[in-house]
Amino acid sequence: MLRRTLTAIGIVGALASPLAAQVRLNGAGATFPNIIYQTWILTYNQKFDNVEINYQSIGSGGGIRQFSDKTVDFGGTDAPMSDSAIAAIGGNVLHIPTVLGAVVPTYNLAGVSQPIRFTPDVLADIFLGKITNWSDARIASINPGLTLPRQDIIVVHRSDGSGTSYVWTDYLSKVSPEWLQKVGRGTSVNWPVGLGGRGNEGVTATVKQTPGAIGYVELGYAIINKMAFGVVRNKSGNWITPSLESVTAAAQGAMDDLGPSTDFRVSLTDSPGAQAYAISSFTWLLLRKEYPDAAKARELVKFVWWCLTEGQAKAPNLGYAPLPKEMLPWIEARLKVITGGGRPVWRGRAAN
Amino acid sequence: MTTLPLEPVPSPSEETGPSPDPRWQALRGVDRSDRIYQRVLTAFALALPFLILVILGVLLVNALPAVRRFGPGFLWTSTWDPVAEVYGAAPMIFGTLASSFLALLIAVPLALGVAIFLTEFSPRWLRQPVAFLVELLAAIPSVVYGLWGIFVLIPFLRSYVVPPLKAVFGWTPFLQGAFYGNSLLAGGIILAIMIVPYIAAVSREVLLAVPTSQREAALAMGATRWEAVRSAVLPYGRAGLIGAIILGLGRALGETMAVTMVIGNRHDIALSLLQPAYTMAAAIANEFSEATTSMYLSALFEVGLILFVLTVVVNAVARILIWRVARGAAVGSRAL
Repeated sequence: MLRRTLTAIGIVGALASPLAAQVRLNGAGATFPNIIYQTWILTYNQKFDNVEINYQSIGSGGGIRQFSDKTVDFGGTDAPMSDSAIAAIGGNVLHIPTVLGAVVPTYNLAGVSQPIRFTPDVLADIFLGKITNWSDARIASINPGLTLPRQDIIVVHRSDGSGTSYVWTDYLSKVSPEWLQKVGRGTSVNWPVGLGGRGNEGVTATVKQTPGAIGYVELGYAIINKMAFGVVRNKSGNWITPSLESVTAAAQGAMDDLGPSTDFRVSLTDSPGAQAYAISSFTWLLLRKEYPDAAKARELVKFVWWCLTEGQAKAPNLGYAPLPKEMLPWIEARLKVITGGGRPVWRGRAAN
Repeated sequence: MTTLPLEPVPSPSEETGPSPDPRWQALRGVDRSDRIYQRVLTAFALALPFLILVILGVLLVNALPAVRRFGPGFLWTSTWDPVAEVYGAAPMIFGTLASSFLALLIAVPLALGVAIFLTEFSPRWLRQPVAFLVELLAAIPSVVYGLWGIFVLIPFLRSYVVPPLKAVFGWTPFLQGAFYGNSLLAGGIILAIMIVPYIAAVSREVLLAVPTSQREAALAMGATRWEAVRSAVLPYGRAGLIGAIILGLGRALGETMAVTMVIGNRHDIALSLLQPAYTMAAAIANEFSEATTSMYLSALFEVGLILFVLTVVVNAVARILIWRVARGAAVGSRAL
């Protein structure tokens, strides 16, 4: 009996040994890019089966924590790490943008067929609780030809901590000094007014069930669920309908300010581009500058580069905006920094 | 959470019965396998209390930074601002207690009514189906309750319940302000529906265990059936019934998913049932995964610690209540 068990273990061990030569990459973090990350991993594995990649969508906060504790090889986050958090891990981190997302205002107003227009200050004052009725003169003046009902505005926000809330509050902090001072930006904040819904679906359900409600959801979620969303005036003064193109335009518009040596730890909200949608954002992968294991680092960089090039074509169908092509050389410069076992692992574009 | 009375409710005479058979005692430890068996069982029995201590320990260690920073003020501060790193749990403690007691207020009469009907008044053929259906409520996943709350209960409350309620009781502080749907009221009602099956099932067992002689005696004295239930059956099962209610309360305090979907998730203390509120369990579930700073995380652990202590206190109070009531050797005292 005992001998048979030992033989069985031996056989299993022999079978497992070729697998052990495989590189295994573990990642965890943001939920927002989860769908595209899983798609990328699946597609990539069909081409390169020598590497096994896992990504768990446990939230940006959890991703940063696990990345900092080194329990995962890479992290994913919707909000960049703070300076103090980076200092705490000795600066051993790179923020690599993968795709773009956007957050759109969505509302429930019966009998209003056209998209409602919002200026930055109107949005901020609605969420500050200073504009409380849809018939407010300030909303009417930017929506000529639209009769809005005399109805209370009910603000709906995310109750769970989320990158979506971070992007939304980051935008409001940029366009409204009062918001910045009273509330600020964060994955969850002390909301001045409103009801909390759990997840995009919770906000959506609450907005749909509450006449006069206004909330915010991810653009991809709104597109896929065919929801009504507002038009927002951007920094250049143009009325921009949120779309994947106008989100990519936001990243393009921000490039002048970033410069080629950027660390990408920047917010894209309120981008200066003429066609830019104002409430757009990167989502990042967190990579280490130094990996002890050369094979791991090599495969990881290869995978990330594939996501940024071939993988980008997958983005639009899944509701994500691709990165502007002009940004690739800048990211390449960052990836070249990564070392595995003390040596650089980048082997040129073609080799990747 | 509260312990379920798993063993059948014994009759009072058994309670004062003889201690375990002495012959059985004498055989103890004779066989080696018996001794191993005993040790394994002892280890199993000790594993669970040990687990509770470990949980308490982990909560304490992780909550320590927040406890140090905010002190006891954490309990009565009502600001929850992750950006400014100012945390206070008062709104959540209030919301947890308020929604749970509101749930009890609705669920207790309903559940006791079901239990009394099933044991005292129901025709025999109706008993099993009704009992089965009521207990089936406990098998529904809480996220389903939440969805039902959003799409059925809240619109129903908005159209048919709140307007007449406001018309009659609108002057009280409990029904001030506009009703937006997600509110303490909706949270309390959802919780009530969720705890009814627990209270009803346990109460029914307790009432079934009341000896028929109790009822017969009351009826023989000329009592109506209602009087018999009120004066002879219910007092006899008092301890068990309190236990059933506490069991429901324990479940209400910790319920998370369904509540967070309908309560509005607002860190605010408002007396009005129509206003949104928050509960501790909901806040932990909502904010834990994206708690980016260590103080934020620690504050959430402290909320968890408070919830833990609160449940222990509720259970302890329940035990004391039952113990005091049960000194008259009422039904269900040993089961609970």
